[in-house]
Amino acid sequence: MAEAHPVGFQWVMEAKRRGAKVFHVDPRFTRTSALADSYLPIRAGTDIALLGGVIRYILDNELDFREYVVAYTNAATIVTEEYADTEDMHGLFSGFNDDNATYDQASWRYEGHSQTQTTRDSETQRETAAGLENESHGAPVGGQTERDETLQHPRCVYQILKRHFARYTPEMVERVCGIPQDKFFELARAWTENSGRDRTGMLVYSVGWTQHSVGVQYIRTGAIIQLLLGNVGRPGGGVMALRGHASIQGSTDIPTLFNLLPGYLPMPHHANHPTLDKWVDSIAHPGQKGFWGNARTYGVNLLKAYWGDAATADNDYCYGYMPRMTGDHGTYQQVLDMIDGKIKGYFLLGQNPAVGSAHGRAQRLGMANLDWLVVRDLFEIESATFWKNAPEIETGEIAPEECRTEVFFLPAASHVEKEGTFTQTQRLLQWREKAVEPPGDARSELWFFYHLGRIIRERLATSTKPRDRALLDLAWDYPTHGPTVEPSAEAVLREINGYDVATGRPLASFTEMKDDGSTVGGCWIYTGVYADGVNQAARRKPGSEQSLVAPEWGWAWPANRRILYNRASADPDGNPWSERKRYVWWDADKSEWTGYDVPDFEKTKPPSYRPERDASGVAGIAGDDPFILQGDGKGWLYAPTGVLDGPMPTHYEPVESPVRNPLYEQQANPTRKVYTHPINTLNPSPPEPYSQVFPYVFTVSRLTEHHTAGGMSRTVSPLAELQPEMFVEVSPELAVERGLTHLGWAHLITARAAIEAKVLVTDRLTPLRVDDRIIHQVWLPYHFGFEGLVTGDSANDLFGISLDPNVLIQESKVGTCDVRSGRRPRGAELLALVVDYRRRSGDLSPHYPPQVTTDSADSGPDQEV
Amino acid sequence: MGVRSWIEGWPVYRQLTGTDPLGRGAAAKSDGSRALTARTDTADSVARSVCPYCAVGCGQRVFVKDGQVSQIEGDPDSPISRGRLCPKGAASKSLVTSPLRQTTVRYRRPYGTEWEDLDLDTAMNMIADRVLAARDETWEDVDAEGRPLNRTLGISSLGGATLDNEENYLIKKLFTAMGALQIENQARI
Ligand code: SF4
Repeated sequence: MAEAHPVGFQWVMEAKRRGAKVFHVDPRFTRTSALADSYLPIRAGTDIALLGGVIRYILDNELDFREYVVAYTNAATIVTEEYADTEDMHGLFSGFNDDNATYDQASWRYEGHSQTQTTRDSETQRETAAGLENESHGAPVGGQTERDETLQHPRCVYQILKRHFARYTPEMVERVCGIPQDKFFELARAWTENSGRDRTGMLVYSVGWTQHSVGVQYIRTGAIIQLLLGNVGRPGGGVMALRGHASIQGSTDIPTLFNLLPGYLPMPHHANHPTLDKWVDSIAHPGQKGFWGNARTYGVNLLKAYWGDAATADNDYCYGYMPRMTGDHGTYQQVLDMIDGKIKGYFLLGQNPAVGSAHGRAQRLGMANLDWLVVRDLFEIESATFWKNAPEIETGEIAPEECRTEVFFLPAASHVEKEGTFTQTQRLLQWREKAVEPPGDARSELWFFYHLGRIIRERLATSTKPRDRALLDLAWDYPTHGPTVEPSAEAVLREINGYDVATGRPLASFTEMKDDGSTVGGCWIYTGVYADGVNQAARRKPGSEQSLVAPEWGWAWPANRRILYNRASADPDGNPWSERKRYVWWDADKSEWTGYDVPDFEKTKPPSYRPERDASGVAGIAGDDPFILQGDGKGWLYAPTGVLDGPMPTHYEPVESPVRNPLYEQQANPTRKVYTHPINTLNPSPPEPYSQVFPYVFTVSRLTEHHTAGGMSRTVSPLAELQPEMFVEVSPELAVERGLTHLGWAHLITARAAIEAKVLVTDRLTPLRVDDRIIHQVWLPYHFGFEGLVTGDSANDLFGISLDPNVLIQESKVGTCDVRSGRRPRGAELLALVVDYRRRSGDLSPHYPPQVTTDSADSGPDQEV
Repeated sequence: MGVRSWIEGWPVYRQLTGTDPLGRGAAAKSDGSRALTARTDTADSVARSVCPYCAVGCGQRVFVKDGQVSQIEGDPDSPISRGRLCPKGAASKSLVTSPLRQTTVRYRRPYGTEWEDLDLDTAMNMIADRVLAARDETWEDVDAEGRPLNRTLGISSLGGATLDNEENYLIKKLFTAMGALQIENQARI
């Protein structure tokens, strides 16, 4: 955090000054470690084992915050008899389907719930990254639940959790992660001691958790601990995702993602969502409790925002215009399709996949096989010049005179040359004022897309083709201004916020939206950002003149709420858990919720409210159920549906690992997304032979002085001067083992590529004792590429493509490699080197490790019990 | 120069006798630096902005002189950043004023070996042509069972996460109406 989010880290230091204890877990000792009270080196890709150890420690010693756990989580909920755990199935859960490597989630359900509530098969959910839809609401569960509040029932979630994590002992943590037991106990003790009515602890993560083939489950494990310790919805608590880009949160909320529409509405699927009603019902799940019951309203408001007057009740608000998914249309599938010649044109909008995406060579070869490419950026990035400067020119794989891709480079306006909102990591929207006009031909994306749409609509004006109706009926009349005819960002923000069609009055809250076409709203979770016709994101009341919550700086979704689920900051009766942790509470005199933040609860629903037995929607949420977007109002220690790789997290080894999974016969995530394509060769891992050809673990992350693929930092002279060269950090022990010298050269080899880097020998990396052998890890920054003021080989070239099944994010925080001294070979010899490694590792090209390894020959019992 | 003003011109004297015993402010100031004015004082206007790098969202004040960015500083009012910027945020002025910034359209024709110039209007029209052609060539009305698809898989897009919400909104809206489904973002990565 001190490296990649330095100014945010000042608050960690502030907390430390006030007595907080700071633990840092990372494969490499960083600036964060230097300032933490305790640093735990860890083998990359084993966090679930560590966190699972903490869960076991909590449950074995009954250190959970019991009142919170019983009232606010699903610990007491009873699960059906059909459920079988990884304990009994060598690392698989019940319901695994060998044919397509997915789970039928039916056996994971709550007791008394019907089997039909899994509305889509898991394979479709994986293909369409359906887990992402749950960012704003829980996965569907319906009806009443059976509970045992003594937590003794053998099939209550608390007991299931206890059994599931029983084998995550401190010895096992040491064996898997390489973390000594005293370090583990220090962490577990501090975390649990800091829990209860008076105290909270916070968990902070970043892409070191998400970029794994089991990434979603890493975060689930953290969330389970935070729920057990009563650290969710309370001040100083939470699971804090430190996102890496100025508006990456906004890019998910108002997504430019294939499977989502604004506000986490799913993009329609051809088989499951043929009609508006089917689409809406698949989101609302009629009969389900919680706020998501109003999905029809959100959907209709979006369609009205898209197609304006043309969208009417009679034509289902133009739902028929929507394109339909048939499967995985994600960025990695696209790149493989480019290589196969299936895609004609590609837009890159401030993004540099030639350096920033996994398997750089696949990215560049894909771009070299298009009809046309449009690159919009501030600088001539690698993705704009691959046709003349890519490493594949030297190897002969790309030749300019044979590469047919037509490339348009259009200069972009910078953040000070346009106005608009960024949504930062805590869901806070901040409006930027425009300082100056963009230079020359530089334009905003707003300009580019508005005018592209205008031109296309003009071209089609006389078209009678049905397919062109969606473009012609589009509501596309934004006011423009200035010499460049820039569309008004504020007008777009107003449409996102929503307004009353008849009067034009901006909506103050999504609760004002109607499902009859009388209101319009482009992104329901952002409704309120333009309340009263005021750009609330532009508010700049100085922090020094406000409470710690600072509600008048910018605007946070939803409803300017700064801590989600903050009903949990009060006890079930509505009183603060303690004076020290007072945040939101029930004011009995006024009969309403009040506090320092906007209460995340219906304002006048008393803590004593109990729903009728069959109540659905918001009415189904009791006065002491803080998790109002979950179908059962509870925080989920156990996910009865919606998480495709299991109801609880399980340690699986990374897809490329030098060790056999010490916990289960199942080696890696059995449900991971695999791409079988000739270019996507993978290194072998146990139990397969030849994994020793790639004996080392490598991981990548950021330097303070650079930003992602370097397009905004290797081009900026002060930053380029501060970090001028690609390097690899290695431990002194590995340097001896491989004959590497400090400041000399080394090259790293995987089944995809070989890259070179300067050597930094440092004890910031420690060899780890894992499962009775020494594992060496090396670390690389991933910022370098072949353009800019400072250049170097790209670390992302080393990775293959394996994805998490829930959200289709790639495993690019861990892989295996070989490390050799000296520079890499050039030209054809470079290709020959990589081919030779593939041959030595089993002559399998392409190579795909088996999904399921529970019956592999070499595996004995999972573990002596 | 009199002896008195000569002695007072000596920083150590000022440090020992003045209000700046640590010698970090007024005492250490030379005549040269005393005569300077901060760029922030002479700016024609100031825009309230936000750092374009990571998601902490530090507040920035962008100072403008003669239509050019003259300085970018941390915004002390921000409850998030309290005026601080890290090395990247502090380099924002170098980012937006970098001489390496490309400010004209560049065009590389198929099988070309060098960039060529192109004017913006022409480029926009050529891109519109190509989008419409790709869409027509790859359009899918219905699936094998006759269910609607309304789409093209011939067009892809990958956006960075420094795009504004308003920009993402228009991107998604236009592509969706066009039937282009393969729209992705750094948020997937
Ligand atoms: S100044 Fe640094 S910490 Fe703040 S938003 Fe910019 S990059 Fe992030």
